[in-house]
Amino acid sequence: MAQAHTHGKNEHVQGHGDHSHGHGDHHDHHPTGLMRWVKSTNHKDIGTLYLWFSFIMLLSGGALALIIRAELFQPGIQVVNPEVFNGLTTMHGLIMVFGAIMPAFVGFANWLVPMQIGAPDMAFPRMNNWSFWLLPPAAILLVGSFFVPGGATGSGWTLYPPLYIQNGIAADMTIFAVHILGASSIMGSINIITTILNMRAPGMTLMKMPLFIWTWLITAYLLIAVMPVLAGAVTMLLTDRHFGTNFFNAAGGGDPTMFMHVFWFFGHPEVYIMILPAFGIVSQIVPAFSRKPLFGYSSMVYATASIAILSFIVWGHHMFTVGMPVTAQLFFMLATMLISVPTGVKVFNWVATMWKGELTFETPMLWAVGFIALFTIGGFSGLVCSMTPIDVSIHNTYYVVAHFHYVLFSGALYSIFGGVYFWLPKFTGNMYDEKLGKWHFWLTTISFNITFFPQHFLGLAGMVRRYADYPLQFAEWNMWSSIGAFILGPSQLLFLYIVLKCIKGGQKAAQKQWEGADSLEWTHLPSPAPYHSFETPPVLR
Amino acid sequence: MSAASLDRQNRAMLRKLLTIVVIMAGFGWALVPLYRKICEVTGIAQTRSADSVANSQIDTSRWVTVEFVANNNGSLSWQFEPLKTTLRVHPGELTQVMYRVVNNTGRKVVAQARASYGPVAAAQHFKKVECFCFTSQTFEVAETRQMPVTFMLTPELPRDIDTVTLSYTFFDVTAQAAPPKG
Repeated sequence: MAQAHTHGKNEHVQGHGDHSHGHGDHHDHHPTGLMRWVKSTNHKDIGTLYLWFSFIMLLSGGALALIIRAELFQPGIQVVNPEVFNGLTTMHGLIMVFGAIMPAFVGFANWLVPMQIGAPDMAFPRMNNWSFWLLPPAAILLVGSFFVPGGATGSGWTLYPPLYIQNGIAADMTIFAVHILGASSIMGSINIITTILNMRAPGMTLMKMPLFIWTWLITAYLLIAVMPVLAGAVTMLLTDRHFGTNFFNAAGGGDPTMFMHVFWFFGHPEVYIMILPAFGIVSQIVPAFSRKPLFGYSSMVYATASIAILSFIVWGHHMFTVGMPVTAQLFFMLATMLISVPTGVKVFNWVATMWKGELTFETPMLWAVGFIALFTIGGFSGLVCSMTPIDVSIHNTYYVVAHFHYVLFSGALYSIFGGVYFWLPKFTGNMYDEKLGKWHFWLTTISFNITFFPQHFLGLAGMVRRYADYPLQFAEWNMWSSIGAFILGPSQLLFLYIVLKCIKGGQKAAQKQWEGADSLEWTHLPSPAPYHSFETPPVLR
Repeated sequence: MSAASLDRQNRAMLRKLLTIVVIMAGFGWALVPLYRKICEVTGIAQTRSADSVANSQIDTSRWVTVEFVANNNGSLSWQFEPLKTTLRVHPGELTQVMYRVVNNTGRKVVAQARASYGPVAAAQHFKKVECFCFTSQTFEVAETRQMPVTFMLTPELPRDIDTVTLSYTFFDVTAQAAPPKG
């Protein structure tokens, strides 16, 4: 069915109104039940696994965040003791970064890369299977570290020594988890790069690729460049702990500051690894609901590449207070501010795409517009943080916490939610419940802002992060922040319900469910997308 | 394109990308000597070896208060203190102060002291000619030892700095007992 279908479509990528469905006569032969998932080498199955894994991790990391907010609801120690609190903040960060956000984007890449470039599957299907199945053991190591003597490691997701080196066995579990996650990311990236560069359909030139493909290509290069550096840094932590080396141990002539440099050499590209695919998803959604092509396609590509290159020379802005020379502070400050130029280009292009478009606001578009508005707030607070004199006063305060939740929650996660609603009709063949989807968006957006906007005020007033207790003057905004969090968390269960409902059934989705969508999965493949996408390449004009 | 030739191309790409991974892994480890070299060349963290002090003019026009601090790290709980906690000096003036350790831990200890300065801007103007922190030292049970620090603040010390803190932390390195790197 899929083959016949793709053969037949010879017309322009943008225009046709064929609403055929994917309940094909051609049944694929693959194992069923549990083994289908364990042994699967199919890019769609693996994409689904990634997305579910990511969602489970999102709920786990979110549960930890709710314990944190419960403790911070009032001054004093009520819910957990400070050691556990430190473990909660550390594991919340690690789980959200490595367990929720990154695997979600890899899940989208698995589903969409072959479909959007006209390839049958990923380049290395068996490696694909392996890179997914490395994730659950890593997650077990991370979550399990709460239950070993000494409790979860409490030095923050940045794993700074000397505190990190003094943690219990949980520190070793976390190091191994990071090793495994790094290996998984590197394999996933190699797969994505090879697929994109070698397996595009004839006529799909690089500058015709959908923006999502471009952003992932660049992200994958970032990943293979920085993940090995992180692996090295955590290996040094491990040998400092157990094998008598003194990389970071001042007593033996080492230097804890060096860890900060090595870590953030990885860490800053890492934060763009978490946002570039989000840019890609939003760049797919906004034109589809504006019924216009993306404004400034090539400038989007160059902006993405510039952001990626600049990300390697700005790591020092995470450590302005470490006592670096003024020249270095100036360099890192100016280089950081420079990044706002290509990022501004992107925001401008999204807004220009909407300008005079025939806008409709279905759920995916709501998330995309929410992304543009709230991510930009996070971008501005990032600019505030980039100024050395200001950063010295807000470093390690809730201002920074507010900043990175605006770029990671209302940035990365909003694009993931938007992407799920956008592609669910293609993934499942059914429409999601539009009304509930809008409820999910508004509940999340309102409670997200109640949770995180007051944290700007707390940070400016001097409330330091990663403490289980705080002085009385911070009580009121913390109360609001906790109230917001306790609406925000449960609202995500609504998302679970919507997705399950959509998988079970619902109104059948059209092949080209979104009028303005123009990438191959909408123009050339039925809904739901067939198990094997393009066994013969699609013909592009 | 045939399946076999695509497979060949994909494998070639795999090798290229793995090379990048290996190079970046090497780069990660190479950051360690690179970092040390940068610190050495730029004079950041020049706290571990003797400075040479050129014959300099003593700036008698101003006084700088130097505060002396002693800390113990981790499990090392012995008596460690400066004999004088503050001293007023002129920039350019060579001065000697004494620190004292009483090894009341009941065991033989190999220990290493590390210096740090406050404020940061004063660090490059604080020159140590002699210091017990340059090498690790062995302390017998119940031994008391007085150890000198000879230092000078350069006359170029910014004029707005009127107080400089010299802080030492002793680390127990008995377990390692190897000569320190760096």
